[in-house]
Amino acid sequence: MKSFTADEIFRILETVADPEIPVLSILDLGIVRAVNLNGEIPEIVVTPTYSGCPATDAINTDIRLKMMEYGLPKIKITTRLSPAWTTDWMSQAGKKKLEDYGIAPPKPANREITCPRCKSPHVTCISHFGSTACKSLYQCLDCKEPFDYFKCH
Amino acid sequence: MNAHLDYVLHLADTTLVLAQRNSEWCGHGPILEQDIAITNISLDLLGQARNYYQHAASLINTANPNAQADEDSLAYLRDEREFKNPLLVELEKGDWAKTTLRQFLFSVFQDLQLKRLLHSTDTQIAAIAEKSLKETAYHIAWSSEWVIRLGDGTPESHSRMVTALNEVWEFTGGLFVPAPYELQLAGTIAADVSQLEKPWTETVSNVLEEATLSLPGKTFMQQSGKTGIHTEAMGYILAEMQSLKRSLPTATW
Ligand SMILES: [Zn+2]
Repeated sequence: MKSFTADEIFRILETVADPEIPVLSILDLGIVRAVNLNGEIPEIVVTPTYSGCPATDAINTDIRLKMMEYGLPKIKITTRLSPAWTTDWMSQAGKKKLEDYGIAPPKPANREITCPRCKSPHVTCISHFGSTACKSLYQCLDCKEPFDYFKCH
Repeated sequence: MNAHLDYVLHLADTTLVLAQRNSEWCGHGPILEQDIAITNISLDLLGQARNYYQHAASLINTANPNAQADEDSLAYLRDEREFKNPLLVELEKGDWAKTTLRQFLFSVFQDLQLKRLLHSTDTQIAAIAEKSLKETAYHIAWSSEWVIRLGDGTPESHSRMVTALNEVWEFTGGLFVPAPYELQLAGTIAADVSQLEKPWTETVSNVLEEATLSLPGKTFMQQSGKTGIHTEAMGYILAEMQSLKRSLPTATW
């Protein structure tokens, strides 16, 4: 069996998309914490975004399928809960992709949330809980469009 | 069974039963956004429960390699007397006032408990607590807004909140009475819940005051759930949750 370097494995992981926000790869999301090649088979360490995130199982399956596709059928996926995932781990490129996709990227508490369409800062929170656990529902008061905001976590 | 396993199951059962209760709103919430909110909270709690059950299963399987315990067998194949959740979480969902008030009273307690569990000597419990705390902050924000909105709302919504408070209150005291397994582990693996009543009462009375509701006076407190003695509501919720797994044991999702 062909052996892979950690870099090569990361490049494959770059092609695994978040099933709920397909413009983001799991690397953009920041949930892949390490690739270890010290054991018998490669180990990929993943930190889930939310405890109840239904995408977690799907992501693990997608990682396995993608690795198989590239000729690496035997891998170990380890779930690591601590330190807990935070939106700070999301890449800058990922935040840009989110905004282009129409989802306002996570902002620290002291920075204002802006409308991903018209960039207006005049927005209002409709509900803290949006279409998935990681998003809140907002509305732009200028262009009037509702939009998702990726919660700071 | 040892105290450590009992404690992990207690944390698991508590989050699972409340997740199941809240999920009864799925498709029945007062408006779409709130239907989504309550089911998201339910999903958070279910995820926390899965983490605890997986941990409990690994404790069982490490002690006895032939045990083959897993999260599903622990959630679906244990009987009422084996469930260690406090009574508060099993009460029927009632109306929107009762659901949001119960969530608020529980989330404030859970937040205090999890903050102490960050220092649990069981590092897996500490890791689950760290993850769950971020979620609980949203649950408190959401549920306290509803308690205030309904309590300080119309005469109808206010009276619904008063009724809910009277129904639920006697089940809050049990949260702060440690079960024998908690007492044995308090300060090491477990949080000492007897210390949480004071800060809990402070936060709760501030929100109730803003909601123009008065803190109920001293009353008899029910406190048996954590030792496996439950209200009549418990059998029904387990029947609904477990019947599929029990009648079709090999079913998969
Ligand atoms: Zn706009």
